[in-house]
Amino acid sequence: MSEARDVRLARTLTEVPYMRFLGMSADLAGDEMTAVLPFSQHLVGNVLLPALHGGVIGAFLEMTALCQLSLLEPLRRQPRTIDVTIEYLRPGRAVTTYARADVRKVGRRIANVHVEAWQEARALPVAALRGHFMLSPSEESAS
Amino acid sequence: MTSTPSPQETLAELGMRMAQGTPQAAALGFRTVSSSPGEAVMAVPWREDLVGDPESGVIAGGVITTLLDQVCGMAVSSIALRERGLLGLATLDLRIDYMRPAEPRREIFARAHCYKLTTSIGFVRAAAWDLDEADPVAAAQAAFAFTAAPRSGATRP
Repeated sequence: MSEARDVRLARTLTEVPYMRFLGMSADLAGDEMTAVLPFSQHLVGNVLLPALHGGVIGAFLEMTALCQLSLLEPLRRQPRTIDVTIEYLRPGRAVTTYARADVRKVGRRIANVHVEAWQEARALPVAALRGHFMLSPSEESAS
Repeated sequence: MTSTPSPQETLAELGMRMAQGTPQAAALGFRTVSSSPGEAVMAVPWREDLVGDPESGVIAGGVITTLLDQVCGMAVSSIALRERGLLGLATLDLRIDYMRPAEPRREIFARAHCYKLTTSIGFVRAAAWDLDEADPVAAAQAAFAFTAAPRSGATRP
């Protein structure tokens, strides 16, 4: 019996130092995950607005994709990012940011994931990411 | 360095402001290696708390994303500063290809070049490397839009 989804997700969030650096967490409702990035001063990229750093928003979207992939199946190691395209739609303001990932396709080795981030209103996204990730299935699920 | 004011010094100041001026850049320990109009090189040190893969110790892709966003913005700002005076910038999109994992415990560098500036958009290419610039860990392509400085007292919708 492999680890439960919530255990794998919790392990990813606590064992990846950079996710702790960002201060992100994730809520799980069945197989639907919402990643949460509370506002913190060290994430600011524009002090005048103030606004989150564009890189932080992109990184949060990428980490959300990795968390979502950790729910799929036991992997031998963390998926490796192949490429990402980040679209910036609105400034990321100094409030909590949320993100949800949609795994569009999982092949034998490569997954395609779309992620969208929003703040106060789900219908007003601040950014979106599309990316490809290299998977390393565990021996158990690969056989 | 000379003590007389020059455009180069203004650019150096811009580099300092962009490297250390934003809380996120300071939190990651960014430093500006060099900058000239339309071009910039920045670096980020390896740190335990920035690791993305605890098994290998490889730095998180997110750190490289932020470095590339920052260095691309700086390349656009530095030429926009010379051509039009200072302007606000907003990233429109950023595409990154991760060619290989970075070496653990190595500083990572990124060079950006703004190859086209229109009245409203700056187009930039960048690459990041650890040991050899000819063997990059990531490549980026980005577009930035110039934003008017907000009027004082103006509210954002």
